[in-house]
Amino acid sequence: MSTLMMLLQEVANTAVAKAGAGIGAGIAALGAGMGIGRIGGSALESIARQPDAQGDIRSNMIVAAALVEGAAFFAIVVCLLILFI
Amino acid sequence: MPNKINLFSFLISFVFIFSLGSANNVAFANEEHGAAEHTSKKFNAGKLIMEHVSDEHGWHILTLGEGTEHEKHITLPLPIIIYSQTKGLVVFSSSNFVNHETHHAQAYEGYSLEEQKIVSEDAAEVFYDLSITKNIFALFISLALMLIVFISVANTYKRNPGVAPKGLQSFIEPLIVFLRDEVVKPSIGNKYHKYLPFLLTLFFFIFFNNLLGLIPILPGGANVTGNIAVTMVLALTVFGITLFSAKKDFWIHIVNTPGVPWWLKFPIPLMPIIELMGLISKPLVLCLRLFANITAGHIIALAFFSLIFIFGEMSAGVGYGVSIVSVAFTIFMNFLELLVAFLQAYVFTLLASLYFGSALEEHHHEEAHH
Repeated sequence: MSTLMMLLQEVANTAVAKAGAGIGAGIAALGAGMGIGRIGGSALESIARQPDAQGDIRSNMIVAAALVEGAAFFAIVVCLLILFI
Repeated sequence: MPNKINLFSFLISFVFIFSLGSANNVAFANEEHGAAEHTSKKFNAGKLIMEHVSDEHGWHILTLGEGTEHEKHITLPLPIIIYSQTKGLVVFSSSNFVNHETHHAQAYEGYSLEEQKIVSEDAAEVFYDLSITKNIFALFISLALMLIVFISVANTYKRNPGVAPKGLQSFIEPLIVFLRDEVVKPSIGNKYHKYLPFLLTLFFFIFFNNLLGLIPILPGGANVTGNIAVTMVLALTVFGITLFSAKKDFWIHIVNTPGVPWWLKFPIPLMPIIELMGLISKPLVLCLRLFANITAGHIIALAFFSLIFIFGEMSAGVGYGVSIVSVAFTIFMNFLELLVAFLQAYVFTLLASLYFGSALEEHHHEEAHH
């Protein structure tokens, strides 16, 4: 049992770190998808309510999407740092 | 009972397929060792992707006859410029780092290139690496492109004022007018013409470099805006201009934010700390957003391409089959990256003009606080 513990401790550093990086990247993608999905949904709704404000709504949607993606990319960069540094 | 059988058969088939896969690798490896002296390089996707995304000291264009003995690397050699405390300025071409007979790396003048970093033979030597690397050369190329485009367009406007635009003008004018009327003027207000040249330069610099990064061969193909040093300099420049043009109200709003209760400011200055963190995090996020977007796009496109070679190692037929799907995905990714190239330049410029606008804002202390 103790040898198993020792073995696990040797392997754990790299393996668990890589697993953590993978899970982190997945959660970041999840968060970005949810956020941008909501933005797109409400943009579509408001275009349906007032079609002649299309241009304004579209540019605001794109700006908000870029900002939300920025947050997701923070998480991706941290995961990349785990994997490659 | 049926669920148990399903789970069991799933586990068995999983273990079976997994062992098949690993048995394949073992057989392949044995074949390699049994084969002749030449090193058959197994395709390393991670290394390929990292090489394409990072900087290097010479510009590697093509490799002819990869994997055979007559491997020929076609490289554009770039100057290595080293300023050392002991030897002074040392300048030589990066082709000196490769021995032309044996095609192996070699040291030159006491320096050697390891993993694209210059290492001195004398470990205590202090030297500064000022070389022209691939990204710097690509910066020169995009600089030249920008100068050619904009000087010719400006001269056309000077020569024929009031004439309808044609040719290159009809590409550039809508972008400039869009940026001036939709981005800069609404954000900054009256003094926008002082900041307009910088913001236009910023937009076109990021846009041209993003586009050039998508072209796979010289003069494109260098990941300039995906280099965190470049984006950090852009973000720090925006930060510097914000600080220099900040009016008194801007600083007062950071230290003594109006409309916030006094107990968040007085014994423990919680609000000023939060405002300061916001002030510093804004350029940091600008830098990271551009870097991560462009680099991630390149990595994904390269990963799709590498799929072909990974599957091709198993068997040539599978490689050809996967190549159809992979090329389709890569074309789709390239279209997405075209959109991202424009979008990231637009978002960077928009946020920079918003930060300038908020620094220049005059707070109207008109309402009486009851």
